Amino acid sequence: MKQIGHIYLLVVLFFLYTPIIVMMAMGFNESQLYELPFTFSFRWYDALLGNKQLLTAGMNSIIIAVITSVLATSLGTLAATALARRTFRGKSLLQLLLLPPIAIPWLITGTAMLVFFYWSGIGRGMHALLIGHVALAIPYVVLVVGTGFKTIRADLEEAAMSLGSTPIHAFFSVTLPLLYPSILGAALFAFAVSLDQFVISYFLATPGYSTLPVQIYSAIRKGFTPEINAISTLLLLGSMTVILIFARFAKPGDTSDKR
Amino acid sequence: MRSDAVLNEAVRGPSGPRKHRMLPSWVATTALLLPTYAWLTLAVLLPLLTMFVFSFMSATPMGKAPITFTLKHYRAFIDQPYLLNIGWTSLVIGFWTTLLCAIFGFLAAVALARATVGRMRETLLILILLPFWTNGLVRVFSWTMVLRENGFLDNVLHMVSADTGSISFLYTRYAIVLGLVHGYLPYMILTCYIALVTIDDAIIEAAASLGARWWTILFRILIPMAAPGLISGAVLTFVPVIGSFMEPRILGGKVGVTMGTVIEDQFTQAFNWPLGAALSFTLLAVVLAIFATFSGVLRRGAAA
Repeated sequence: MKQIGHIYLLVVLFFLYTPIIVMMAMGFNESQLYELPFTFSFRWYDALLGNKQLLTAGMNSIIIAVITSVLATSLGTLAATALARRTFRGKSLLQLLLLPPIAIPWLITGTAMLVFFYWSGIGRGMHALLIGHVALAIPYVVLVVGTGFKTIRADLEEAAMSLGSTPIHAFFSVTLPLLYPSILGAALFAFAVSLDQFVISYFLATPGYSTLPVQIYSAIRKGFTPEINAISTLLLLGSMTVILIFARFAKPGDTSDKR
Repeated sequence: MRSDAVLNEAVRGPSGPRKHRMLPSWVATTALLLPTYAWLTLAVLLPLLTMFVFSFMSATPMGKAPITFTLKHYRAFIDQPYLLNIGWTSLVIGFWTTLLCAIFGFLAAVALARATVGRMRETLLILILLPFWTNGLVRVFSWTMVLRENGFLDNVLHMVSADTGSISFLYTRYAIVLGLVHGYLPYMILTCYIALVTIDDAIIEAAASLGARWWTILFRILIPMAAPGLISGAVLTFVPVIGSFMEPRILGGKVGVTMGTVIEDQFTQAFNWPLGAALSFTLLAVVLAIFATFSGVLRRGAAA
């Protein structure tokens, strides 16, 4: 029975990874029309170096992801502190309000942002993308940091305060160091969320300012070349690395207390 | 020593030990929460509200045409019957994707929970979830490499038997469902796995020692006990799938017309924002109805 289980899991992994590996391999294939037999070549990576549009979009993606990560982590950590450590009325409503960015299909959120940003004069472009990305990343940060709060004891802070520390000082000197792995994990997660975000970006990008996924989408629709495989490979490897580092920090499913 | 005392006095005031200037606690709470919720209001709540208003406008308020308020966009399903077909297509694609994810995902979760332990289980879980957290667009694009004519699938087939034709099924609904299953399977495995690991081994051992066959264990113990995980996985698959547009666009080609692509078109090609807004809100109503129906199960799932 166990063997069957193992074989089945291998089949699932095969299903999940085959298309990705095929796509990556085709980026190293000489033929423009993805023709086989496979001839190894860096041709498409070379071509990528000359593709200003994709490179600029890639740079934009990274910049947006870094700013999103910093903003979402700062705001989200503050909110998580209040939600985890303070009692007030309407808390469950506020927790519910974190769900729309995650639960409502991005197509709806994205088109709503487009309409509102146009109507209010905020417009599209980098700042609009940032507003959208940070909003999408905040709920994840609150979730990850909130989980972190559950593993550290509130009475450590109280002990510090009863010994004469101010609440703010207690937060920075006691809570924050204990919380630091969760916060770092949340920051990485926010970075990945922003880096991979396509739908929202697609509606808020302008011809002059777009991100990598938006450029990849329009390239796919125009008829694709192995250059897309090359840049997609880089994007996938980038976000996989970030997520693996996140998994090391935040240990999904790890319940060991840091007491 | 002396200067220390002076300093202390300067900082703490003359009244001895430091007294916190106690702000009322709601001020601090508000200060902590305000940035996040102001941001979410600006980026999500106000946009949804604006779009709701837009959905009643007679035309996109960009030209000179006078704007009146109308319900006609919500009547689109009656006035333009082809939209009903498209809506139905979306639901069918959502149904098949969810069903396939549930079957294969649940079995994978059972295999994870019952046939693996420790390090190996952790590694497998990360490997399964890793694609889910990478770019969905790129994963969809990857399937075109496999499914296209003379693509990976055809080549594998030709290795087995050289003279068969192409079995490429890119640009069909099967391709759309396949791409979507690929996208959401990891999530289904995760929710089912979380529900399954809480089941006590002793129950299954007891059933087995009393002579229960594997299918009895599966249908009488595992599925009923892991139902919350299965249901939340199904909801969280079905909802994004009926709102998807890039998967049908890329993998479906001409047959890939769904609610998602129609809404996308209203905003990027046809420039009929009010109609797009009304369709978006119809979709949102469906989504909210689904969440409301399963809110009890979903909340229990979140608490676990």
